[in-house]
Amino acid sequence: MRLINRHPSRLVALTLGLIPFALLVLIYGIASQARLAENPSDKLLPGITQMTAAVERMAFEEDRRSGDYLMLKDTVASMKRLGMGVGIAATLALVIGILNGTLPLFRANMTPLVSAASMVPPLAILPILFIVFGLGELSKVMLIVIGTAPVMMRDMAQRVRELPQEQLIKIQTLGANSWQVINRMVLPQVMPRLIDSVRLGLGPAWLFLIAAEAIASTEGLGYRIFLVRRYLAMDVILPYVLWITILAIIIDQCLRLINRRLFPWYNVGGN
Amino acid sequence: MSFISVQHLWKGYGGLVVLENLNLDVMQGEFCTLVGASGCGKSTFLKMLLGQEQATRGSLTLEGEPFPGEPDRNRGIVFQRYSVFPHLTVRQNVLLGLELEQKPLLGKLFGKARQEAFKKVDSMLEAVGLSGASHKWPHELSGGMQQRLAIAQSFMMRPRVLLLDEPFGALDPGIRNDMHQLLLKLWKETGTTIFMVTHDLHEGFRLGTRLLVFDKVRRDPHDPEAYGATITYDLQIGKTDTDTLSDIEANVLKTARNQAA
Repeated sequence: MRLINRHPSRLVALTLGLIPFALLVLIYGIASQARLAENPSDKLLPGITQMTAAVERMAFEEDRRSGDYLMLKDTVASMKRLGMGVGIAATLALVIGILNGTLPLFRANMTPLVSAASMVPPLAILPILFIVFGLGELSKVMLIVIGTAPVMMRDMAQRVRELPQEQLIKIQTLGANSWQVINRMVLPQVMPRLIDSVRLGLGPAWLFLIAAEAIASTEGLGYRIFLVRRYLAMDVILPYVLWITILAIIIDQCLRLINRRLFPWYNVGGN
Repeated sequence: MSFISVQHLWKGYGGLVVLENLNLDVMQGEFCTLVGASGCGKSTFLKMLLGQEQATRGSLTLEGEPFPGEPDRNRGIVFQRYSVFPHLTVRQNVLLGLELEQKPLLGKLFGKARQEAFKKVDSMLEAVGLSGASHKWPHELSGGMQQRLAIAQSFMMRPRVLLLDEPFGALDPGIRNDMHQLLLKLWKETGTTIFMVTHDLHEGFRLGTRLLVFDKVRRDPHDPEAYGATITYDLQIGKTDTDTLSDIEANVLKTARNQAA
């Protein structure tokens, strides 16, 4: 049988999927053990013991200086920024994207600007944001918005224009005015597509969040990682990276479930 | 005065002539079927009736007034595909037109008004045989049922003109026959003027009151785009003998071969 026609069973697929993870852990374990055997106070490749101790210290014990649970505090601060940034970006993308996709006059007026804006490297204007909005929360949220919104706007406009022309004609023959076309045909059909777009936008959003926190912050997941880097504290950095990854996966899967629940007509047969 | 009047109508895109010198008068309540080879301007003519395309030259009038330049609720349409809304259930699809009509801002009915409207919707669904499927999503329906839904959606608004662009082209022959009966029934009940484009010549010969054949009379082998199509036969259905029909079939087939070459 040709290779392209050979499909794994569920169990085989699961095993095949887990093998790379197991290998990574195994390789890390061997390397870590080798280094620790040579120098028990090695910081570069901490073992499970060191990392659990670090997690316990960061997550389950009050900080000696501030009395906070640092990991919780960092997580809450980061999630607030991420949520606000992505929320604002998604709202902007929905409004501008729908107007761009539906109204030719608006499209002629706004598309060049949106296209140009999406080409600006957001990190290059981070200093401007710090100067204009100060070093507080606003500039971090703005970085996420500026970094993710233009691409999402373009994506939304594209999704609107992908709706079949036949539908647009049909709803006009049912007597719809421009506003009703948006309200009853376009908006409900691009909502699930917006959620898809947000799922894709979350990757860059995390990037901008960590970058902004690394540069100017007093709390947050990105701040902590860059802070403890000074002490080569890999035992903190690695669990933090793992935690960020888990958070990202949870958010992504929640959005996927929301899409399935709220829009049963969307992505029929797929996931 | 005729209901729809077409006079010396031309349609072209740049150097490409699609339709040339079309003349036609249609009375209210007629059921015209448009047949012809691909690329002979049937769908283009339908789009002009719909307001989606404008004539290059000539006039197209509805009761003496020029056709509006954009689709409106006086002219319903059923396409071959994609003419129902995937995000609305069967019932909501048929309800949509009424909601748009009664609520210019929200486009949505609530409470008692909604219940009232649903009564009309349900009797329409009954008429097209979709009562059992009223809470399904369009993607759960077969092709034939989707077209029933599209037809119901259009008839709900009582359009003065109903345009059908190869509505049954993607359906099985058996189902197509059922759809013909349904369409004839609704047409008799409402008295709507119907234009239907079809690829199937026999469908055109049987259905409706009037057969319009679009064909190219002139053809320049060196510049196939130079001449457009026009109406070559305009026949009352029922009074037509089989010889004429086989003539038409032969002509249309010849043009189709030329187009393909």
